[in-house]
Amino acid sequence: MLRKDLRIELRTRESAPAMILFSLTVFVLFHFGVRRDEIDGALASGVLWVTVLLAAVLGVNRLFASEREGRALDGILLAPVDRTAVYLAKAAALFLYLVVLEVVAVPAFAILLLGPGLGGALPELPLILLVADVGLAAVGALVAALAAEARARDVVVPLLVLPLYVPLLIAAARATEPLLTPHPGPHGLAKWLGFTGVYDTVFLLVAVAVFDYLLED
Amino acid sequence: MAAKPLFGRGLRLLSVITAITLLTGFALVFFYAPLDADQGVIQKIFYVHVPLAIVSLCGFVAGGLMAIQQLRTRDRAWDMRSYVAIHLSIVFGVAVLITGSLWAKRSWGHWWVWDEPVLVSYLIVFLLYCCYQPLRFSISDPDRQSRYASVFAIAAGAFVPINFVAVRLAVQHVHPRVLSETGGHLPGKMMLAFYVTLLGVALLFATLWKLELTSKNASEQLRRLRRSFEETPPGELPAEAPEPVGVG
Repeated sequence: MLRKDLRIELRTRESAPAMILFSLTVFVLFHFGVRRDEIDGALASGVLWVTVLLAAVLGVNRLFASEREGRALDGILLAPVDRTAVYLAKAAALFLYLVVLEVVAVPAFAILLLGPGLGGALPELPLILLVADVGLAAVGALVAALAAEARARDVVVPLLVLPLYVPLLIAAARATEPLLTPHPGPHGLAKWLGFTGVYDTVFLLVAVAVFDYLLED
Repeated sequence: MAAKPLFGRGLRLLSVITAITLLTGFALVFFYAPLDADQGVIQKIFYVHVPLAIVSLCGFVAGGLMAIQQLRTRDRAWDMRSYVAIHLSIVFGVAVLITGSLWAKRSWGHWWVWDEPVLVSYLIVFLLYCCYQPLRFSISDPDRQSRYASVFAIAAGAFVPINFVAVRLAVQHVHPRVLSETGGHLPGKMMLAFYVTLLGVALLFATLWKLELTSKNASEQLRRLRRSFEETPPGELPAEAPEPVGVG
């Protein structure tokens, strides 16, 4: 399932490049919106995370697109696969899109906007990004399935997923903030990473528990 | 056709108790509880705002629990209960945000303060639940509608406590809180008035919940009756003459 999604993604190049392009556009918007050439500290970490979240919404919106257009969901349901496997494949696909997005967008962010440079953030920032991506993917795949049947899908997805992402944004932005500051004070990296881990676990469990009911007919 | 009982049993008694408790509560608030030393009369809004907030949050979580029940038993009635609980909590939530803003404006001078964790978390939860109805009614198949709504209610119910923890971690509180975590700091007389109004608002929620379920159930039965009448040819009584159903 995951392999199929990735193959489609490699052939059509629909989600990840769109997310990357979108994030670059948002950086440009922020440059003019806050009227600064270089940012650091809380502002930088906020800009980075809000951009990642908005790009994630794009990915969530497209996550079930191929099934919907090809009416393939029924076929998947007929196949003798566990429903949980469908969910995990979708979440894993979203997770990989996010990783690809960040591999391009974070260095681009450093070049375009960031004042202090990424050197001081190196061991920790990828770790934060990965832990947060798990949560983004877990919630995103659930919401994508939830909204797949809704008529006003394009409206429902961002309205649903963004409030759900707020705790993640709080933790990730707080954890990143000292890494992007030239002379950081004490930072509670462990606390915020721990919280993000709890968020990931809770929503993965909830999603696995309820996902069966979404795809049954 | 066995007429399904309406949910109206005990509604009258419940509403009388609710009215008495609320009136007693407000009488206590205005004539018994002392005026707050620095905030004056505006502090009285606390007796409406906080109970509404507590009850609506409990309503959101209860909606999630009922949704779990719906998914387990496949009983549409549980979906209806969950839907009405969340719907009422949203209505209460509007009142919470309005009273909260009024209170903040008078006592802190701003309509909105970002450093009050409870207020901020409440807004996020409220924004999330505002999507419940659009999502629900954009799914046409009724069976699927109830399942999807339940899934949403469960995920959002789990989100409520996580969100409160996150916002509380992020904000150092600077404001003296009327009600701290332990419930201390509140003089006995205020405490009594607060608990009575809290009970009153909880009862009000229960009454409205029951009332709305009754009316939904009644209109559903009415629709079914009308359909069975329309299907029978004119001049002929329907094969199953519906028995009159008592309310209350």
